[in-house]
Amino acid sequence: MSVTEPHPASLLEVTGLTKSFGGVVANRDIAFAVRPGELVGVIGPNGAGKSTLFDLITGFTRPDAGQVRLDGHDVTGLRPDRICRLGLGRTFQKLRPFHDMTALENVMIGAFLHTADVAEARAVAIDALAKVGLADRAAAHARGLSTGQRKRLELARALATRPRLLLLDEVTGGVDPGAIPGLVALVRELHGRGLALIVIEHNMRVIMDIAQRVLALQLGEVIADGPPAEIMRDRRVIDAYLGEAWRA
Amino acid sequence: MRRALALVLLLAVLVFPLIFVRPFPRHIMIMIFLYGSLATAWNILAGYCGQISLGHAVYFGIGAYTSTLLVRDAALTPWLGMLFGAALAVVVSQAIGYPVFRLRGHYFAIATIGFGEIVQTIVLNWDWIGGARGLFVPIKRPDSLLNFQFHESKAVYYYIALGLLALALGATRWIERSRRGYYFRAIKEDQDAAASLGVQVAREKQAAMAVSAALTALGGTFWAQYVLFIDPESVFPLSLSILICLVAVMGGVGSLWGPLLGAAVLVPLSEGTRVLLGGTGKALDLVIYGALIMLIAVFQPAGLIGLVRQLARRPTLTAGARAQRESAA
Repeated sequence: MSVTEPHPASLLEVTGLTKSFGGVVANRDIAFAVRPGELVGVIGPNGAGKSTLFDLITGFTRPDAGQVRLDGHDVTGLRPDRICRLGLGRTFQKLRPFHDMTALENVMIGAFLHTADVAEARAVAIDALAKVGLADRAAAHARGLSTGQRKRLELARALATRPRLLLLDEVTGGVDPGAIPGLVALVRELHGRGLALIVIEHNMRVIMDIAQRVLALQLGEVIADGPPAEIMRDRRVIDAYLGEAWRA
Repeated sequence: MRRALALVLLLAVLVFPLIFVRPFPRHIMIMIFLYGSLATAWNILAGYCGQISLGHAVYFGIGAYTSTLLVRDAALTPWLGMLFGAALAVVVSQAIGYPVFRLRGHYFAIATIGFGEIVQTIVLNWDWIGGARGLFVPIKRPDSLLNFQFHESKAVYYYIALGLLALALGATRWIERSRRGYYFRAIKEDQDAAASLGVQVAREKQAAMAVSAALTALGGTFWAQYVLFIDPESVFPLSLSILICLVAVMGGVGSLWGPLLGAAVLVPLSEGTRVLLGGTGKALDLVIYGALIMLIAVFQPAGLIGLVRQLARRPTLTAGARAQRESAA
């Protein structure tokens, strides 16, 4: 992937992605594309296959069928560390901080992707922590951080790997309502700097706020793909997930 | 203040053989250094990287047998034999690691036990390398550094063992402060999260395994040249693998000085019970070990080093925090 090659239209292209666990079809024939710098929201009821989709894209699980292309290159089934190095980062729904390491050390692990020098990694990590507003907690052990702080930590850690596309799995889940606007502003700022994002969210206000496009999943299938306003009024989406009470 | 204390301790260790000239005290210290370096080597893989190997005697035995066979058949100085032993141990460790690192937690440990038994059984039945009879290291007189044999006094063995310990500690310290050290700790915590951040988990585990195996093998060569007789029962047994683990866990895994502290407590205990109870000492010290492990597990899982830090009224630093603090100083 040299700099002189022309940028393909899509940064990420997913086609025919299918995965079953035993008798349960978690993802069936999922297809969509994400353009460079685009922010795509993913919504759907629990069990719709959203996190499985992330796992398939980032190499944590091998799909039964289908393809994942990053920058036109086939990355289907590659190991997660390889996919991270190709520019794809992710956070987890169930937070996975390195508990016995400090916040700074956590982020340094991400920073080490681009440098072997400890001092340089530390500087990058301090920078990333500052960006997410955790600079004052740098020396704290990760196990001592609150949920909201852990979310920010995981974000900073993934950002330190310098991804071009970041997959956020329920970044506002379990966070105090008062802390959500701050997090959303952070995501919007990252997007403004050119980072492409796929954001799984249950909070519809957040989706309406930042998503340029929304993918709706139900029972492992894509049931709608389009601008947020359109999706919110889609009959299938309302029936499957939103409910009548929702007013966009 | 701490610096001064450390210097005094270092000086004491260096002049010890000059003050204590009888063989037994020197032997105790040599055993402390040897077990300390074996446990420190094990700690790199198990304490820092979180891969609990219960088959490390394999590398100890490979070190012992390789150098001894090269002395016997090629009249090669054990110093070079030591390097060959370490190299072979690394190769074997990578071969074992390749399938075994796909396993996690307890299954990994069980698999390493399995490989340990396999290697011991092979050596037990391989007549060309001595089989069950073992190997005698050809005696060379007079005492010579080149031949790595000293019959008149244990003093030189003392300093060689100390050098081995220093090497193991130095390697640990170097890794601790490098990117690899951070990666090891991340893998220990959550290897999947580490992979999502670009860490090549398998490769890092194999690297930890290689360093650990090489250092362990060096200890094996030292042992061969120290006791001048090796056999599968003495250098390959499961009990040795477990003892190495015990020493490290007792002292405090994942810390630089923990394993050495563990050795400094367990070796005198072992020798002490043997002296007090004659030949039956071997069983009683295992009973005491068991009791100590239970106490540690319940009251101070961080090991003796955790206890020391508590008593010194300093919060227990993670290895990384200490490295951070030190490099900032």
